[in-house]
Amino acid sequence: MTGALAIQYLVAGLTYGTIYAVVGMGFNIIYNTTGIINFAQGEFVMLGGMIAVSLHAILPLPLAIAGAVLATMVVGALIELVFIHWLSRPTVLRMIIVTIGISILIREVALLIWGHNVRVLPYFTGNEISAIDLLGARISPQVLWVVAVCAAMVALTTAFFQWTMLGRQMRACASNQVGAAVCGLPIRRLVTLSFVLSAGMGALAGCVVCPITYTQYGMGTGLAIKGFTVAILGGLGNSLGAVAAGLLLGIIESFTVSQLPTAFKDTVSIAILLGVLLLRPSGLFGARVATRA
Amino acid sequence: MKKFLAASLALLSSVLFAPGTLAEETVKVGAILAVTGPASFLGSPEARTLEMMVADLNAKGGLNGKKVVLVVKDSGASAEKAVSFAKQLIEEEKVIAIIGPSTSGETMAIKALAEESKTPLISCAAAEVIVNPLARYVFKTPQKDSQAVIRIYQQMKVMGLTKVAIFSSNTGFGKAGKEQLEKLAPEYGIQVVLSEVYDSKATDLTAEVTKLKASNAQAVVNWSIEPAQAIVIKNVRQLGLTMPIFQSHGFGNIGYVKAAGAAAEGVIFPAGRLLIADQLPASNPQKKVLVAYKSEYEGKFKEDVSTFGGHGYDAMLLFAEAYKKGGTDRAKLRDALETLTGVVGTAGIFNMSATDHNGLGLDAFEMLTVKDGRFVPLAR
Repeated sequence: MTGALAIQYLVAGLTYGTIYAVVGMGFNIIYNTTGIINFAQGEFVMLGGMIAVSLHAILPLPLAIAGAVLATMVVGALIELVFIHWLSRPTVLRMIIVTIGISILIREVALLIWGHNVRVLPYFTGNEISAIDLLGARISPQVLWVVAVCAAMVALTTAFFQWTMLGRQMRACASNQVGAAVCGLPIRRLVTLSFVLSAGMGALAGCVVCPITYTQYGMGTGLAIKGFTVAILGGLGNSLGAVAAGLLLGIIESFTVSQLPTAFKDTVSIAILLGVLLLRPSGLFGARVATRA
Repeated sequence: MKKFLAASLALLSSVLFAPGTLAEETVKVGAILAVTGPASFLGSPEARTLEMMVADLNAKGGLNGKKVVLVVKDSGASAEKAVSFAKQLIEEEKVIAIIGPSTSGETMAIKALAEESKTPLISCAAAEVIVNPLARYVFKTPQKDSQAVIRIYQQMKVMGLTKVAIFSSNTGFGKAGKEQLEKLAPEYGIQVVLSEVYDSKATDLTAEVTKLKASNAQAVVNWSIEPAQAIVIKNVRQLGLTMPIFQSHGFGNIGYVKAAGAAAEGVIFPAGRLLIADQLPASNPQKKVLVAYKSEYEGKFKEDVSTFGGHGYDAMLLFAEAYKKGGTDRAKLRDALETLTGVVGTAGIFNMSATDHNGLGLDAFEMLTVKDGRFVPLAR
């Protein structure tokens, strides 16, 4: 393998990795507040892309994306209010099953609204074939956009959960709901807020990856599996961990492809996930105790 | 009291007249299509086409004066569902024939079932294995993948290309294409230097395409019907590779051209003439059928016509023609299907025989390319 080719594989890994990471981060917000995995997260990503494509027919791209993010946040709020808010003392298992149901529901509604065709946003910079030369390898400018959005998300969510009162309240809510309630925190409202925020993050991810991956009503599941994988690998609730895990997984996949038939790509990544879960159940970068009562 | 009387009169009349409507003779035909799920881009236009055609047929008085009843089952591209729907249609609904399934995998799953129950099956899926080896009751409307491969290799010969890389998706369609491509290559003096199978749900394939860059291939053949095929095209051009890209007939959906954008320019692929219906000379025998179907479909559903819907059109057309030719029960319908010749469909002109249950020749394919975001015939 020559140097330029090796860098090209690295760039491919970076592309995969940032897509996984940007999707994976969305899992963290709801987890940080409720301790559950929202299995409809992939559908938020799909909705973001779909709505942005529809809005882009009448609005310039930045406004279309902003509109899509806001609209998806409203959807996130509605979903929480309609399906989850009224559940008294929902168990983790029950909430997971509810979110799986929601993901199926959103997918079917999307099929009714947008049909089965793939839709695509234009590249934010350049077009389908433009590329930036990087030490003999070529990288699409859209990948740099994904990297930038990823970085911004990490910075903002970390700052939010570490240093704002609201963010700390949300974390308190996850670590001990009863305790948080005793302290007078509006738990139900915080849970709603967590759905709104994570819907917004998912939608933004959906918009920024859409030129690369396309958007189709059923694309959420596939993306969510990879996003979920990196969220677990990185340690649930840890945004920086998700990015690191995403890049690691992407680069491993890319170099796997360089040596083995493509079919082994997912075999390797799932084997790694299983290995990590066995040896370090809290993820590579997670806190030691991640289990919840 | 008056109200009660009126109600009982209404009830009475409905009871009196209902048997009359039930007794009216109907022709019941089943369809198993992937209307939703990963192959919905096949099943959805097929189902719409069938429903549109049945409405048209019934508006004109049905078949031999009998109303056509279409029972569509959505398999979601699952072979297991296709099997249980096939049993239901054959045993409970007692349909005279089944149209579909949409995908090759599903068709193969119910091929034996159609044969055992002696129910004519007109598949809308592409793979060669559906009609080769031949089953007495199984027919199919899309062109064979071996014919698509031959047309591509012939074109490569013209262009002086001998070393190719094959990319195919991990579905029934991709697998069948890969086999044909690898099998027929030596006959045309072509050497396969790389063969990669990718996930049909892939979101980016830069690493796979980097392998292509490292190989000495002069051209790439990308065989898939899923959206991921457009990602391959995009990634090839992004990496600065300028080699010709050949696609299968599964590229026949303008949505993929839109998805690949600038990268789709110059892609070469074999397809039926539906995609260039407007550009055909008036002398072309298919032109009338193609333009009529295209304008009706696009007017009614406000979406671009695709060759996949066309496969549904051809299946219903063959069924209707065979029925009119005396195919009034399952066995007779089968015999009639086998004798159909000169039926002008969207995929080509069908000439069925006891040894060919597809009936299309090499000339059913036209080599197309993409120019300015549109499908145009490839200049010879």
